[in-house]
Amino acid sequence: MDKFYHSVRLDPELCKGCINCIKRCPTQAIRVRNGKAQINSKFCIDCGECIRICPHHAKKATYDKLDTIKQYEYTVALPAPSLYSQFNNLEDVNIVLNGLKLMGFDDVFEVSAAAEIVSEATRTYIKQHQGDLPLISTACPSVVRLIRVRFPNLIEHLLPINPPIEVAACLAAEKAMKETGLPREKIGIIFISPCPSKVTYVQAPLGTEKSQVDRVLAIKDVYPQLLTYMKAVGAEAEEVSTSGKIGISWGSSGGEASGLFTESYLAADGIENVIRVLEDLEDQKFTNLEFVELNACNGGCIGGVLTVENPYVAEVKLKRLRKYMPVARRHLDSGAEEYVPWTTEIQFEPVFRLGDNVMESFFRLEQVERLCKRLPGLDCGSCGAPTCKALAEDIVRGEASERDCIYYLRENLHKLSQEVSVLAGDMADGTRGGREVLPVLQDYIKRIAEEMEFLDDKVKDPENK
Amino acid sequence: MADAIRLTYEISPDDFTRAGEASSDVKSKLKRLGVPPEAIRKVSIAMYEGEINMVIHADGGEITVEITPEKIVMILADKGPGIPDIDQAMQAGWSTAPDEVRSLGFGAGMGLPNMKKYTDEMKIDTVIGVGTTITMVVNI
Repeated sequence: MDKFYHSVRLDPELCKGCINCIKRCPTQAIRVRNGKAQINSKFCIDCGECIRICPHHAKKATYDKLDTIKQYEYTVALPAPSLYSQFNNLEDVNIVLNGLKLMGFDDVFEVSAAAEIVSEATRTYIKQHQGDLPLISTACPSVVRLIRVRFPNLIEHLLPINPPIEVAACLAAEKAMKETGLPREKIGIIFISPCPSKVTYVQAPLGTEKSQVDRVLAIKDVYPQLLTYMKAVGAEAEEVSTSGKIGISWGSSGGEASGLFTESYLAADGIENVIRVLEDLEDQKFTNLEFVELNACNGGCIGGVLTVENPYVAEVKLKRLRKYMPVARRHLDSGAEEYVPWTTEIQFEPVFRLGDNVMESFFRLEQVERLCKRLPGLDCGSCGAPTCKALAEDIVRGEASERDCIYYLRENLHKLSQEVSVLAGDMADGTRGGREVLPVLQDYIKRIAEEMEFLDDKVKDPENK
Repeated sequence: MADAIRLTYEISPDDFTRAGEASSDVKSKLKRLGVPPEAIRKVSIAMYEGEINMVIHADGGEITVEITPEKIVMILADKGPGIPDIDQAMQAGWSTAPDEVRSLGFGAGMGLPNMKKYTDEMKIDTVIGVGTTITMVVNI
């Protein structure tokens, strides 16, 4: 699988070429070119911010359709803890789990149960690796991807433990094979996801060679159907839940850290805040921190772009739901141990480098500095890049030209028209004249027409092109 | 060979919330250059410490950074009070920082020792009542 696989895509039919997404993207991965947005897959971390902001719904997450469960002889649903936070007046998780079974899944395996195993493994890991602190959570795939491309010095601080989704998938697959006797390929392990980032994880995981999750559904797709089946379950739901407070808490920001029983932690949510924390971590501005929990979405996973409920309302619901739960119900036993540690390492991917080697990058940075002084510094986005500096970098990478800047074009037109009017003046008062001046005049008019055409191309409605 | 990239930063003494902006700008440029991560880490920590020192002790000043493919040279020049005893200032834990910045977590007495620790060369020129110029070099 492509190591820069990403699940956030553009629907060019719906894209109007506005600048909302380019301005919002935290890694400056989007450009508007020829009137349509384009996502640079090397820069994109699948955080989903562009999906949230796009007023034309042109940004989409790729995930599987509900009927995918028919492809398998036996299916296990893996509900994310954030799923439980989507329902009004829910007092018992078992209603959700039994609802999923009525919906057509043969079994359910809670990701929150695996999360309790991961919490326990993390507590042990922290104790045994006091020299590597602080450890950074690796549960949010967007955060891991961000660190991989932008914070090389922090890679060694990544917690080398599989996220709950993976541990859950491994345990669910093992259990299903044992119970049914079916071969692995006839069993579908299906995650119900709050975000596109998990789709990316499943397709191109970091820390493990191949994910045991077979398909990913969106919470927002499952939600309306599940609601109906939950009503059919009624109040007396069969006890199938195997997780407690710690596992359910993973659904919101600070939940993972709370399961570590330490006060020396930091939990940040929202991608911009995450980036600020990572910058400061890189500069070693924190002391005595044991653990850093980072979630790309506001509020944590409950703020994922594939959820339906407002994340802050969802958090209240999650808190209420876990109130009378036991602290934990799933523990790290010998059966789960083998699925916990990472099996592959993460390599730094220097995608933001300006050139292929230091010398080339060096020349290009000099050019960028010079270009930045010439560009207007308004960061208007009309060129299709989010800032003047980003345009300057695109220019030196050979992906854009100075004429993409509307102010540069305007300046050029002014200069040309001034020169041509001086020439015309000279001809009028007789200082210059005769036929030899005509080609010069023609050349000026041609250049002005060219620049005008370029400007027209930029503002033309792309659909009428 | 390319000329050095030269960056100049005015360090304002008036706004403490802006302290650290220069070093973070240098860090982002070094990442664009593909400078090895270890060198970036050294430069950003050493320069950050120096920049904070200029704000706390010297009413700001000017930082010049010269980047060549071989090394990064940081020159931090201020017109502050000067350092009376460099050996003492270099001791870990020694600080003359006022209480109000200590409450923000600064003034732990690790500034100069960290600057030395994270650079390959460091030179301090200081004249009492005139100012201090610190030159730091990190090899790439």
